[in-house]
Amino acid sequence: MSFPWAKNYEPQQPLMKWLDEKLPLPRLVYNAVGAGYPVPRNLNYFWNFGVLAGAALAIQIITGIVLAMHYAANAGVAFDSVEHIMRDVNAGWFIRYAHMNGASMFFIVVYLHIFRGLYYGSYKAPREMVWLLGVVIFLLMMATAFMGYVLPWGQMSFWGAQVITGFFSAIPVVGEPIRVWLLGGFAPDDAALNRFFSLHYLLPFVIAGVVILHIWALHIPGSSNPTGIEVKDEQDTVPFHPYYTAKDGFGLGVFLLLFVALTFFSPNLLGHADNYIPANPLSTPAHIVPEWYFWPFYAILRAFTFNFLWIDAKLWGVIAMFASIALLFFLPWLDSSPVKSSTYRPLYRKFFWVLVVDVLILGYCGKSPAEQPYVIMSQLAAAYYFAHFLIILPIVSRIERPAPMPNSITEAVLAKHADKSSASATA
Amino acid sequence: MVRPLGFLVGLGFIIALLCAIVTTPLSNEPQAAHAFHKHPRHLALSSDGLFPHWDKAKLQRGMQVYKEVCSACHSLNHVAFRDIQDLGYTEGQAKSFAKGFQVPSINPDTGEPATRDGLPSDHFPAPYANEVAARAANNNALPPDLSLITKAREGGKDYVYSLLTGFQNPPKNLPKELQPATGLHYNPYFANLNLAMAPPLTDGQVTFADGSPNDVKAMASDVSAFLVWTAEPKLVKRVWTGWAVFLYLLIFTGLTYMAYRNIWADKEH
Repeated sequence: MSFPWAKNYEPQQPLMKWLDEKLPLPRLVYNAVGAGYPVPRNLNYFWNFGVLAGAALAIQIITGIVLAMHYAANAGVAFDSVEHIMRDVNAGWFIRYAHMNGASMFFIVVYLHIFRGLYYGSYKAPREMVWLLGVVIFLLMMATAFMGYVLPWGQMSFWGAQVITGFFSAIPVVGEPIRVWLLGGFAPDDAALNRFFSLHYLLPFVIAGVVILHIWALHIPGSSNPTGIEVKDEQDTVPFHPYYTAKDGFGLGVFLLLFVALTFFSPNLLGHADNYIPANPLSTPAHIVPEWYFWPFYAILRAFTFNFLWIDAKLWGVIAMFASIALLFFLPWLDSSPVKSSTYRPLYRKFFWVLVVDVLILGYCGKSPAEQPYVIMSQLAAAYYFAHFLIILPIVSRIERPAPMPNSITEAVLAKHADKSSASATA
Repeated sequence: MVRPLGFLVGLGFIIALLCAIVTTPLSNEPQAAHAFHKHPRHLALSSDGLFPHWDKAKLQRGMQVYKEVCSACHSLNHVAFRDIQDLGYTEGQAKSFAKGFQVPSINPDTGEPATRDGLPSDHFPAPYANEVAARAANNNALPPDLSLITKAREGGKDYVYSLLTGFQNPPKNLPKELQPATGLHYNPYFANLNLAMAPPLTDGQVTFADGSPNDVKAMASDVSAFLVWTAEPKLVKRVWTGWAVFLYLLIFTGLTYMAYRNIWADKEH
């Protein structure tokens, strides 16, 4: 689907004409990310993060394939094989640090992408499917990142695997057998390491597949925009190429600058020192902490310390942690407001920023040791997290009176420029 | 249906959390060790920061300290003899340095375990054959491998330096349960204050060929610098490669910004 005014692919060269008849792949690309895809003209820089997430995925897959050529998934030598990559493989230190920090960069851009969606209501009709597929991608990313972190077989790898697979043992009756079955043993060992490696190699390609579905689903209604008003006619849009390829090119440059600064100047900033100690099942680290992108969820997991309603505190924690992500699947129906953009939702906008602060607090608590005041902070913040999505948001979307909205994207753009020019005229 | 159900689920989680808040004590169990634990002191090295270089003379002295002192108990598994060419030794010097070590081997005639002269491709041999032997010789403590120690400890080189120079008599007000037991030594930079390693360095213990100072602080600083290198031999190369990549990308980003402004010049947005 596309807008009626979308440019049509017309191959000029005989070779391209021939190719278009046999396999219209260039046509597909042209319509997907070329001049054949009309995009609202008013997208701001927050619309760069989808492309950046795609770039991050590509970087992870490329560096990961090279790392897999040198890595040995065997509990006896895995740690040493990573050090071999760091010391003996040509530019191995670069590939490994890029992969390690690439995961963090991937999560940074995906979190910004998700919060962009929350702020501008990108999850609402007609884009519910785009959002649902996005949540699937997020879950797959978390699984992939967790299994990747286990592969160097350091102390945090091992004990992280122990904690995360321990979630399954919280299931009543069958939990422990399931955990043993998933691990292939009573504790993480060779069997677990090998299956994690196998899945860590597989899942990125599954992610790539769901990304294609995500983009496909996006292209049916077309991209959202900061006003949340749907495209009405041709002057509301510009062709993706060259307008947004140029803008995304600049965004990519900024992204790579940050990526490079992290990878080359402070590659272990976001890591944990304990993971440079080889895995030792007999010695538990003082604080088991996951990677930063799991901190908010780890805080929710640990916030439940009370056996409420005959359900074990541990099981509550596990259910709540999964629920904290699963509720995102219901977001398009929890928020019933027809207005998408927070620009015109004065009440929702306030709660959005409270949520941002709340998630940051959860992250800080997830990083901190399980002692006061972090425990009570995480309990309050976790309660607010659920309250935001399940109680506040449905109520706000009922009672809120949206601000007056422009009639079209073009009107919004012209009004903004009129403001600017009158402001500069008075100045 | 989604909203009423969601409301109930949300209420359930919130009540469970409120119960947890009410039942969790607000005070932590007192941890006396915290009061005596010290943060590592900063050790400035030439390999720090955004414009690093290796101080090769210092690294050579550090290696001498490792070889003459630390290597009695600590292995350096990830470092090969050929790697010491990074420290300013020639290929020949690395070869003869390797030759000075005996490494485990197999007698080619009988197949019996034997030893042979080290080769540049060999790694530093471990002082103990296995963990059991290491523990047996060290009051059941295991001396960790030092290759990655400055990356494997919170505080890195600062921690290593502080630990080596931080041995002292326990303070007078130290509670009884924190007093060092037999065979343990008080050191406020160590996580639980008492560690099995005896103070390894004494003033004048190692004599440097270049006549550099050999008090405990100088030797600790030298060996910490050496252990920064063993943990990441590619550190200096990494940062300078980073600068080249960063400047290249800065130009790239500048060009993409100009292209972006140029393409959008006729479009209000």
